[in-house]
Amino acid sequence: MGETTPHLDALQDIKEMMSRSSRFISLSGWSGISAGVCALIGAWVANSILKDKTGSAGDYLQTESYKVSTEFDLAHIVSKKLFIVAFVTFIVAFMLAFLFTYLRSRKDNFSVWGSTARRLMVNVGLPMIVGGIFILKLLQVDEYGLIAPACLIFYGLALVNASKYTLGEVRYLGYGQILLGLINCWAISYGLYFWAAGFGVLHIIYGALMLWKYER
Amino acid sequence: MIIYAKRDMKNPIENLNKIFDSRIRLGIMSALIVNAEVNFNELKELIQVTDGNLASHIKTLEESDYIKVEKGFIGRKTNTTYSVTKAGEKAFKAHLEALEQMIKSME
Repeated sequence: MGETTPHLDALQDIKEMMSRSSRFISLSGWSGISAGVCALIGAWVANSILKDKTGSAGDYLQTESYKVSTEFDLAHIVSKKLFIVAFVTFIVAFMLAFLFTYLRSRKDNFSVWGSTARRLMVNVGLPMIVGGIFILKLLQVDEYGLIAPACLIFYGLALVNASKYTLGEVRYLGYGQILLGLINCWAISYGLYFWAAGFGVLHIIYGALMLWKYER
Repeated sequence: MIIYAKRDMKNPIENLNKIFDSRIRLGIMSALIVNAEVNFNELKELIQVTDGNLASHIKTLEESDYIKVEKGFIGRKTNTTYSVTKAGEKAFKAHLEALEQMIKSME
């Protein structure tokens, strides 16, 4: 029996090298957690803006009510504010996610910008850019209620697409986002809550699981 | 090793490829099998060996026609990339099968 060990070791080495050379594995669990926390803060700020202006977030998202609610272009001002909140949330979340992943790759002695990282970015990037353009169009035609589900669905698709090029578990995070996005399509007025659940809670759960599994 | 003879089986150790005896060469091949091409620095990072050591193992694989070397430039810096040849892929698969056989026969 003892003689099988070197051969099993060799197979193990091969398997590990195949996976390590084709996947970007420095993605840190802290990246997920920090992105989730940013999303929750962003959603909270957005919610208080909506409450300030219209009494409740739900009312605002049912587009008729805000259109008739005021004489001046309140919707425009609010949506501009929300746009800034969304933009800042995205930038901060992205920067923190990058920072933690950068730190981890330094610790593991990997370069953060290798061919595996490039492949990952391209595969995340395509669905995200397509989704972004689609959401801009939704804004243009005042379909605010569909923005949250569209964010969740396109982001989920991006994750599923990217899972071949990084930690395989990303796929399940993607399924979760897609599922939330689809359900949200039939519960439009709760968009912000779905958004917070997907980008906030799911990210934090995913990040914590990855920390526990790979970085203990 | 006598065990195999008793079982009336062709000694599977003959099918193990001597060139893949080295962990470093096995590592290089594994990385090249799943990636269209990999450059020198990426290989160095993956396998964590010194330049000289990696270069000598690459040379062995190149001389056996298992890998192809392509020298290019990124700006002014040289960028040497490696990819696996048909013969290399075949040899690697045969080696894997031999490993599998050995393990099976020992169980």
